[in-house]
Amino acid sequence: MHDMPLDPTPGTTPSSPLITVEGVNKVYCSARGDVAALHGIDLSIADGEFVSILGPSGCGKSTLLKCIGGLEPVTQGHIRISGQEVLEPPDDCGFVFQRDLLLDWRSVLDNVLLPVELLHQDRAQWKDRALQLLDTLDIAAGADRYPWELSGGQRQRVAICRSLLLDPHLLLMDEPFGALDAITRDELNMELERIWEATTKTVVLITHSIAEAIFLSDRVVVMGKGPGRIVEIADINLPRPRSLEIRETPAFAAYQRQLRSIFEALGIMRRATA
Amino acid sequence: MTSSFWDSGAGRGLNTIILFGLLLIVWEVCVRAFDIKPFLLPAPSVVFADIIKRPTWYLYHAYYTLLETFFGFALAVCIGVVMAVGVVYSRIIERTLYTILITLNAVPKIAVAPLFIIWLGTDLSPKIAIAMLVALFPIVIDTVLGLRSVDPEMLDMARSLKASRLQILWKIRAPCALPSLFAGLKVGISLAFIGAIVGEFIAAQNGLGFIVVSAQATFDTTPMFAAILLLALLGLFLFYLIEFLESVLLPWHVSRRRLMETTHG
Repeated sequence: MHDMPLDPTPGTTPSSPLITVEGVNKVYCSARGDVAALHGIDLSIADGEFVSILGPSGCGKSTLLKCIGGLEPVTQGHIRISGQEVLEPPDDCGFVFQRDLLLDWRSVLDNVLLPVELLHQDRAQWKDRALQLLDTLDIAAGADRYPWELSGGQRQRVAICRSLLLDPHLLLMDEPFGALDAITRDELNMELERIWEATTKTVVLITHSIAEAIFLSDRVVVMGKGPGRIVEIADINLPRPRSLEIRETPAFAAYQRQLRSIFEALGIMRRATA
Repeated sequence: MTSSFWDSGAGRGLNTIILFGLLLIVWEVCVRAFDIKPFLLPAPSVVFADIIKRPTWYLYHAYYTLLETFFGFALAVCIGVVMAVGVVYSRIIERTLYTILITLNAVPKIAVAPLFIIWLGTDLSPKIAIAMLVALFPIVIDTVLGLRSVDPEMLDMARSLKASRLQILWKIRAPCALPSLFAGLKVGISLAFIGAIVGEFIAAQNGLGFIVVSAQATFDTTPMFAAILLLALLGLFLFYLIEFLESVLLPWHVSRRRLMETTHG
């Protein structure tokens, strides 16, 4: 099932997993009957790892992320972060959603400072960090502007700053670049790579882009649907730091072929059962 | 060039003034040309002359109507918003109070007005009560709608940041509900105004509604028209007051944003 790394390097094998997902099932009850969203999910994510969860829409990948982030309860099984069962959103965890979910009535700076405000901490102490983050993501000039004055890409940058403000150890990202145009997406992929490289964060990223998953990840978890399950976990052994040119290398193309063939196989499976 | 001026705020205001000026001229000319009896339709010049002759008398009555409307509306806002929060946060309140309110909404509230005169007398309080009652429904219903229509993902985002229920209400739900609340306020202020006038129709010694009914009793049509004119101006003033508050408090509101884009572009 698990794809063996072509070139196993020491340190990539998880020594102490930060996140463990054990036998997780998730069933949604609706008027038209129960719908199984996740079935038999087992996964462990090491401290400091960048893991992408890749899959077609409707495969439950967002549900899995919400369960990990404590926003949805699991029906069966266990999810633990640092050994602690996840029952509510964990501390030290930042969320980035597909939509930026900025508050339109707050300036960019006030949006970024929202997490501090909700924790009743002193805003003034965090202002410098907020501005510095905005600077890192190239939107410091817009700190006093309002979300509706910004483009989609700029808005998502602000949302990323908000999630990074408290410097969380774990970053959960639910298709954060899905709604952006290709060029902005590339830019933000680069920036996310740089941020991850510069810190020691663990990132779980949901995406439906094969290239994005390979470019950013240490491991790619491929999910299939009906019900959502893990089909394959692929290690990505590309040198870091990575730049966009890496996408033109034969190694990158080989990973792309490998992941695409999994989806092709899934497609065949679906046709056979239909 | 000219079309862009007429699309601007000042242009539209001027447009309205010119239009109504022309209507008044047509009215004046018709009354004089066809020699219409003043008790049927007084000329606008006669109406304006009456207002100018005794401005303090008209202002005094306008002040009463405004006072009743304002207090009725303010009460409706306070009660309505508290009720709406209760309905959204408590299933019991939703099942009891809200159900009663929705059902009672079917009763034409104006029909209840004479009861308030019996209960509360003929001074300010029954008018305030009627104004409050008619304004309450749209405010409660629109506020409930606004508080409920918050994007569930927005709530997920707030929960992921460990926001408490109170913080979610105050920092997420309430601002999200404001556009909807203001839609209710605009309907509510107009209804409160109508409620106050209906109260004055039934039993009063003061107010523009009182002028209309008492002048009607003596076929003195001129003060009736003067009172109606002042009521129209007051109604406009109240409506635009809410619009102005909305533009100050909700600069981000989508409909305004579109408006801004069209005027800029």
